[in-house]
Amino acid sequence: MIRLEKRPQPSQAWTTFSPLLAVFLTMVVGGLLFGMLGASPFEAIRTIFWDPLFHPNFAAYSRPQLLVKAGPLILIAIGLSIGFKAGIWNIGAEGQYIMGAICGAGAGLAFYPSESPLIFPLMLLAGLAGGWAWAMIPAVLKTRLGTNEILVSLMLVYVAETILASAASGFLRNPEGMGFPGSRNFKEWGAAHNGELIANTGMHWGVVAAFIAVIAAYVFLSRHIQGFNVRLTGEAPRAARFAGVNPTRVVLFCLGLSGALAGAAGMFEATGPAGQISIDFNAGYGFTAIIVAFLGRLNPIGILLAGLLMALTYIGGELAQLMLSLPGAAIQLFQGMLLFFLLATDVFTNYRIRLSRKEAA
Amino acid sequence: MKRRTLLASAALAFGLGTAAFADDPTTVGFIYVGPVGDGGWTYEHEQGRKAVVEAFGDKVKTIYQESVPEGADAERAITQMALSGADLIFTTSFGYMDPTIAVAQKFPNVKFEHATGYKQADNVSVYSARFYEGRAVQGHIAGNMTKTNKIGYIASFPIPEVIRGINAAYIHAKKVNPDVEFSIVWAYTWFDPAKEADAARALIENGADVILQHTDSTAPQAAAKEAGNVITFGQASDMADYAPYPRVSSIIDNWGPYYIKRVQDVMDGTWTSTSTWDGIAPGMVGIGEISDAVPAEVKASALALKDSIASGEYHTFTGPLKKQDGSDWLAEGETADDGTLAGMSFYVEGITGDIPN
Repeated sequence: MIRLEKRPQPSQAWTTFSPLLAVFLTMVVGGLLFGMLGASPFEAIRTIFWDPLFHPNFAAYSRPQLLVKAGPLILIAIGLSIGFKAGIWNIGAEGQYIMGAICGAGAGLAFYPSESPLIFPLMLLAGLAGGWAWAMIPAVLKTRLGTNEILVSLMLVYVAETILASAASGFLRNPEGMGFPGSRNFKEWGAAHNGELIANTGMHWGVVAAFIAVIAAYVFLSRHIQGFNVRLTGEAPRAARFAGVNPTRVVLFCLGLSGALAGAAGMFEATGPAGQISIDFNAGYGFTAIIVAFLGRLNPIGILLAGLLMALTYIGGELAQLMLSLPGAAIQLFQGMLLFFLLATDVFTNYRIRLSRKEAA
Repeated sequence: MKRRTLLASAALAFGLGTAAFADDPTTVGFIYVGPVGDGGWTYEHEQGRKAVVEAFGDKVKTIYQESVPEGADAERAITQMALSGADLIFTTSFGYMDPTIAVAQKFPNVKFEHATGYKQADNVSVYSARFYEGRAVQGHIAGNMTKTNKIGYIASFPIPEVIRGINAAYIHAKKVNPDVEFSIVWAYTWFDPAKEADAARALIENGADVILQHTDSTAPQAAAKEAGNVITFGQASDMADYAPYPRVSSIIDNWGPYYIKRVQDVMDGTWTSTSTWDGIAPGMVGIGEISDAVPAEVKASALALKDSIASGEYHTFTGPLKKQDGSDWLAEGETADDGTLAGMSFYVEGITGDIPN
């Protein structure tokens, strides 16, 4: 008989290796799926994981794009991971991302067409503030009224989407756009454009911010007293209370930080790769970042790698659609499998399999 | 001897090379905003792609990417398609406008065609269909068929194309039924079956017995079927699964002929940047079969309206027409110019409610 037995201590080996095993299993089962769809499994896996990095036609373009795609994922995931460590579940980063983009873009557009060098920093501050304020709604409701931050933050995503539609077709609409929705294009406005810092590298300010966030989070969690408080709150809430950690402050801090980082990511995206606020501006980064945070084990370095891996499956998945005519849904299924296998293999971090004969009671 | 072999193989290689060049198929790419199985907008573009494959066989290779979000991802998807060797790329949603222009600048030798936008470049054409002509026929049928005099309209986004459709349908419903009222719900989506179904149910509960939609799923058709006494019209695609009732007719986007022509132009080297806005006459807008649920005389008058639009004898927006605020728009017999229609941002007189902004 097979049974699961709880480990006395979570296994260090499994913590490290379960993401790798999950990636491997995803490749195997994904390969089978692609095989059933009539593509060569090896070619499909190669297209997804290898071609974006080394294909002679695509690599020069895809490699920088990895950074562009991974940047916002990492930046948001870093913020979320700190909350998750404390047991505070901000599921609404997508909404904070949208509000950051709207506030950032709006603050800049208010001064159009000024070429002042202060425009971009101002937009960044507004982006941070927009995301922060949107996250403060679930935070204050939780600390004052004891509402569930998972539900409130998630529901606020839909509110933010409606505000986005209204912004794109109303108050932020390009006055020279002939009545069509969508803001001015920031790529045509130097002072507000978040362009590539070095040509053809994909590095824009959002990517730089993501790297800084990784380092800062690493230092914060391992060296700072507040980082210790956050971890303690998550691992042993009672002990944290005895140690004098104020739970209200931790909630406000975690939600505020993750909201601000998501807002900044939204602002960087709107002024950079996306170029404008449009009705469908949000592309699910806020939700995907949750996967990235867990795939990276809520560890800053892990999140960096997980973000790059996720970006790789996106870009490789697009190439697979193009080159092998695989349906888009198959690629999404493939990405979903990654999280599924991660959760499945995670069981072995806390449990082990025991083979034993049935014993008489 | 050696040299001769070398020359021979070089000649052979050269021969093969040119042969390969002659056989090299024209690669045509499509960027879709929804899944190919949406049953509406993207489905019809996919039918257009299939028509291209059928028309050219081996001479053409088509590639596509579905469900491409209209944000930062669009630019990458289009770039990768250009890098993969596409000669001609159709980007089939309004939101791809700026990304298409941006990519086109980087690939001057690739031709681009953007649907429903207004920005052209040397290697970017724009194309769209005069769906409002079909809306006129729909409005005519709807005005005749409604018993409650309440017509529900599921609108997607407050953009000129959608506003044109609402106006065209309203004008022609009002013409045959002066008591008609329009309730307009803004769904802020092109394709979201759950939202569309909610909107349809809300409209039906408020007494609407005709539902018009500018969204692409068949969910409103299903909601009408459930209600039992409500008629609908297929949008973008025929949606014949719901015929003869509740779906009594439809507007069908027929992109195939245009796509075939443009691919042919690329093959012949005669492609130039153009702006195309075709309606019922050239067949880009089709009116799906009017089912027997519609009385024969209404069907006959609807077809007569369609024919008069197709022949150019009648324009959908013919004066006298006033704007919603009561100001004059078109004088008796005057017709709307394309510039005004392209940027239409006002309702005609009689429609209640405001355009959201």
